[in-house]
Amino acid sequence: MDVNPTTEFVLHLADNALILGQRNAEWCGHGPVLEQDIAISNISLDLIGQARSFYQYAAELQGNGATEDSLAYLRNERQFRNCLLVEQPKGDWATTTLRQFFFSTYQQLLFQQLLSHSDERIAAIAEKTLKEVNYHVRWSSEWVIRLGDGTAESHRRLEQAIQDLWLFTGELFTSTHYEIESGVDVALLRSNWEEKIRSNFEEASAEMPTNVFARTGGKTGLHSEHLGFMLAELQYLQRSFPGCEW
Amino acid sequence: MVDTTQAVYEILSRIADPEIPVLTILDLGIVRNVEVKDQEVIVTITSTYTGCPAMDMIATQIRMELAAAGYSSVRIEQSIRPAWTTDWMSEAGKEKLKEYGIAPPDKRFTIPEDGVACPRCGSNNTRLVSEFGSTACKALYQCRDCQEPFDFFKCH
Ligand SMILES: [Zn+2]
Repeated sequence: MDVNPTTEFVLHLADNALILGQRNAEWCGHGPVLEQDIAISNISLDLIGQARSFYQYAAELQGNGATEDSLAYLRNERQFRNCLLVEQPKGDWATTTLRQFFFSTYQQLLFQQLLSHSDERIAAIAEKTLKEVNYHVRWSSEWVIRLGDGTAESHRRLEQAIQDLWLFTGELFTSTHYEIESGVDVALLRSNWEEKIRSNFEEASAEMPTNVFARTGGKTGLHSEHLGFMLAELQYLQRSFPGCEW
Repeated sequence: MVDTTQAVYEILSRIADPEIPVLTILDLGIVRNVEVKDQEVIVTITSTYTGCPAMDMIATQIRMELAAAGYSSVRIEQSIRPAWTTDWMSEAGKEKLKEYGIAPPDKRFTIPEDGVACPRCGSNNTRLVSEFGSTACKALYQCRDCQEPFDFFKCH
């Protein structure tokens, strides 16, 4: 299938937001305390709102009767362009908040770059959502410090989460053909991203990993086993009862 | 056509936000434009936060109210840029929020922290409980003087 690179890039942005939004929504009703349950659910809602803005645009670009719903509910695993980081299981609170910190910091830098993108719609969505992403960065960075600098147990959990998730961060800065052809250079974001992570880890008394091995593939449709299970749940209703509304 | 536009604004000024019913959609600043073209009324709205679940309901309410007033051809457009900001909230809206028990946006607290004035007793001896409240646009606070838990409409 020959897909326009801009369409694929917009789908990638939408898929990242949808999949992380869905993961975070798994906390709804299960957060460690009520206020944080509300916080993570709010972040989930922001991400799903972002996903809708990007899917609506991708549907317009794609034409042929595509809609935001058909893109979210009726594509298969291999057609999803999200990075591996966002599809990993929610894990414990340290895993969830650290993943959010890694991802939101990346999104903040990316959307700042997209503000001046030649495609006006992409720039407009970036401008709108950046205001929300700033909240996500602040909230998640505070949690990383609180856990790293908290009890021996919370520190151990943060260190474990860093070990589990670090190998998925390299993919964020590994360019795909659709990013390059859309005039976006994610590799440029890496040093700023690492700087922000490093200074936060210092405050959290956490070790910055030195290994550089990165698992990649999600951005071009080669996913870990976790995405299929998630899509099965997310898409069940539309697959079983096509077009159903309530 | 100016008269029609004004009449439409008049109708919109009676539509309440579904989540904060004390505010109208005009108070909230989410109506960006009203235009009448060849008998068609075009209302442009924008969302507060991208994930705001009230947007579809607001669009439906606008359609229903305008239909009830006899406007048969109505189009709702959604704009995204410039991005909505609490600067667009009316002064009357801010007053209504306060009376309703929600602390209105306050420029001194662009990043929510302790000290937002309590809408019940006016004290600044208050503490931030959580940056995320009952809806995306609000943060949770508690007053240390009168003990009132309250929402703060965040600057955005
Ligand atoms: Zn008080």
